[in-house]
Amino acid sequence: MSDANSRFEVVVVGAGPAGLAAAAAAAESGRRTLVLDATPWLGGQIWRGREAKGGSGSAKRWLARLQATDAVVARQTTVVAAPRPGVLLAESPEGPREIGWETLILTIGARELFLPFPGWTLPGVVGIGGLQVLVKGGWPLDGKRIVIAGSGPLLFAAGAEYRAAGADVVLIAEQTDLGKLARFGLSLPRLAPRKITQAAQYQASLLGVPYRPGCWAVSAQGADRLEGVTLRSSRRTWTERCDVLATGFGFLPNLELPRLFGCRTANGAAVVDDRQESSQAGIFIAGEPTGIGGEGRALVEGLIAGFSAAGRLERAGRLEKKRRRAMAFSRAMDRAFALREEVRNLASPETLICRCEDVARRDLEKFGDWRAAKLHTRCGMGPCQGRICGGAVEKLYGWDAASNRPPVFPVQIGTLRDPEPGSRGASK
Amino acid sequence: MAEIVSLTINGRPVRVPSGTVVAAALALAGESRFRRSVAGHPRGPLCGMGVCFECSVTIDGRPHCRSCQTLCAEGMEVRTDE
Repeated sequence: MSDANSRFEVVVVGAGPAGLAAAAAAAESGRRTLVLDATPWLGGQIWRGREAKGGSGSAKRWLARLQATDAVVARQTTVVAAPRPGVLLAESPEGPREIGWETLILTIGARELFLPFPGWTLPGVVGIGGLQVLVKGGWPLDGKRIVIAGSGPLLFAAGAEYRAAGADVVLIAEQTDLGKLARFGLSLPRLAPRKITQAAQYQASLLGVPYRPGCWAVSAQGADRLEGVTLRSSRRTWTERCDVLATGFGFLPNLELPRLFGCRTANGAAVVDDRQESSQAGIFIAGEPTGIGGEGRALVEGLIAGFSAAGRLERAGRLEKKRRRAMAFSRAMDRAFALREEVRNLASPETLICRCEDVARRDLEKFGDWRAAKLHTRCGMGPCQGRICGGAVEKLYGWDAASNRPPVFPVQIGTLRDPEPGSRGASK
Repeated sequence: MAEIVSLTINGRPVRVPSGTVVAAALALAGESRFRRSVAGHPRGPLCGMGVCFECSVTIDGRPHCRSCQTLCAEGMEVRTDE
């Protein structure tokens, strides 16, 4: 691979809304820009599949805006390590690849927060956002009975999407109480007027589906796959027969790469200044990793990061008001959907916490912290590297489950061994 | 748009629209057990986003491939439960 293809002024990692906005802003500002993504798609998980379908709404606008620039796009390219300052090591279909950068923008999104409960490892128990993404990839829901149980504004959007895909949505159980939800609803006109229309649309398409605040799943049953779910509210406990249980309690910032580069984090999010620059000079972070805020916040932060990375601080500064409003919306969302104690603590002694290594709660309890638990039980040391159980033990025990040892994703051994940057046909 | 891709799942031929991810093709073929956990429990997709590795299958002889992150391709051979 020639030098010109492996050195860029601005490298954007992650091509979701924040990454597309950042790459567009940097490239429009005349910077030689590369945007890479681990998947074959542009648009991140939220806009997956929109590219192939010609897109619609904001997905279409932002994909078109990026395509109108000279930014180079690298798909199926996963950053696994940072071997030297200013260099990324990535895995691509052509083999390992070293990419040089002057300014780095990390827009690596978030993952769903799962809280373990008895039966949560049965096939048929799926993430709420995860199932949305699978449906975009052709996952069949026609005629399936689905219970949605978790927390956050995503429950409405997901319910509407599952129904559009032919599912019979039996119930939407939201763990937060009606009072908190009502206060959140009242703050929407001030914080995010556009969300009102969106909410009304979801409500219309979910007509007839019970939406129960103050209600959560306590266990899932089934032999080899899910057959039913037991739900609880302040008044009663009952069981619903279903084929699919979609669960998830909001999102957690992906912080593996910020930590790999030594960027400061606090309260489970990356710390950035008002130009989106991290504690490491020249490394910017935008979107979900700085605090969960959805598409709107990701887009404005992405633009600010892209303009700032290109040295156009005045242009970035013009977006400050929008950014502040998006952050206020995030805070309101955090308050409204704060987790109740009961859902943090649903796992029984036998419930598996670490799904990669099959570690049950009773085997973890005796340890005082994440490190000791890992050493003695292998919890968090399987292929997911604690990305799933780490969030769960943070909520269960308050353990700090940060993990940032390279490689940050399981890699082909050849990627780490290969001395030739960008060489093709690496050993598999 | 509506091109069809032919692949095999555990030796059985399956036809899916192009753009289908391998995980979805498995569901279309009626598979719910994608892999067995270290203690032998059945597992299927959880995160859908390439994070949890619960949907790992063997694709064209290569084990531990995330079926949610892989598009179906003509002639692909997929094996579950390994």
